[in-house]
Amino acid sequence: MKNSIPEVRGFFQRDRTWHPPSFAPGYRSTVVRSPRYAPISFPNTLSEVTGPVFGHSMLGELDNDLTVNYAKPGESAIGPRIVVYGRVLDENGRPVPNTLVEIWQANAGGRYRHKKDTYLAPLDPNFGGCGRTVTDEEGRYWFRTIQPGAYPWPNGVNDWRPAHIHFSVFGPGFVQRLISQFYFEGDPMIWKCPIVRTIPDERAIERLIAKLDMDATVPFDSRAYKFDIVLRGSNSTLFENRKEGN
Amino acid sequence: MVQELFRLKETPSQTAGPYVHIGLTPNFLGIEGIYPSDLGSEMINENTKGERIDVKVRVFDGTGTPLRDVLVEIWQADANGIYNSPNDPRGNADPNFMGWGRKPADMETGEMVFRTIKPGRVPFNDGRLQAPHINFFIAARGINLALQTRMYFGDEEEANKQDPVLTRIEHQNRVPTLIAPREGNTYKFDIYLQGEKETIFFDL
Ligand SMILES: [Fe+3]
Repeated sequence: MKNSIPEVRGFFQRDRTWHPPSFAPGYRSTVVRSPRYAPISFPNTLSEVTGPVFGHSMLGELDNDLTVNYAKPGESAIGPRIVVYGRVLDENGRPVPNTLVEIWQANAGGRYRHKKDTYLAPLDPNFGGCGRTVTDEEGRYWFRTIQPGAYPWPNGVNDWRPAHIHFSVFGPGFVQRLISQFYFEGDPMIWKCPIVRTIPDERAIERLIAKLDMDATVPFDSRAYKFDIVLRGSNSTLFENRKEGN
Repeated sequence: MVQELFRLKETPSQTAGPYVHIGLTPNFLGIEGIYPSDLGSEMINENTKGERIDVKVRVFDGTGTPLRDVLVEIWQADANGIYNSPNDPRGNADPNFMGWGRKPADMETGEMVFRTIKPGRVPFNDGRLQAPHINFFIAARGINLALQTRMYFGDEEEANKQDPVLTRIEHQNRVPTLIAPREGNTYKFDIYLQGEKETIFFDL
């Protein structure tokens, strides 16, 4: 027997106490949608460590600019203009390059362009609400958008979501796939939100709050918020210099 | 003080919410003109190798109601059991098959149909072959951390009986929750989030 590291080296075990539990009755929709049995684990195989690849070439020029990607020519979405930027890293602190990041959000009044959203705030004819980009070689990404509004939602009789942007990230392995939401520094609504509060650890919640970055602000154009995303790391990168993606 | 590991914590998950379509399948919703088509809506073309199959999926909540706002992604090997991914060291995957699909539930029936090919067998870490399977990622309102599961094929009884994953499951009476029966070229995979028929979910 060779004393070598096995061929498929998996991702670090997910810390499920850091994530919100599936059953979190303060967020009422979880009650009938949460599995009751414990999930089952086995070592990562090729099925888990592989994942789809999306190239930069599939991107349209306006895909990461939500202020104009749905707007009529010469017009743009209404609302506070912001740039959201950051890096996608893994738990080892290594950049995750060439990975797809997708976002969606309500408009500045807190209204979604969706059949099921009946909130009385009006739609913005120049705002669709989605964008996407692919990280560069150093794991960096950026979007231009408008800051979304808070909105009421059916849970308790008077529950409101803090301003937030939904995001979806891939990473090279399918079990790194992550969907979450980020919030904005200083918003007092964050700590009142039943969805935010499904996360038990306050430090974990803070990891979802984008920080105002005046140094990255584009003067007379857009304020900037920095938001870094961390995907699961694998032990395959610990012992050698091979790049992530193996 | 001992040294630090300097490891980062994974970004915590939050639900995809009821409006996930805006971000991930905007054309399905009628938000047109931003992306030419919804990513992952077509998995095969005429040159893709392998047996054409339909995978018909529904996801049920604890009351037995199908989720009409769920989004499901699947990831699978090609007809030879090779993943189209740089992380598959064997390489040579079918260039006409990406292996990834994404579908929103029908807003009335809750059904999703993936038109794909039957995957080949992929080795387990000890070299044994796994039975053909498709990897699932399930996100929706009320699901705080997207669920992971696998679908196996009802007409692969022999392979399923020896599958290294299925055979290690303690409660063998739950294994059928992962096996989709075949009817013609269609496999029907009903996923139950709760209740007597609760599907096996994985923590991988
Ligand atoms: Fe939202």
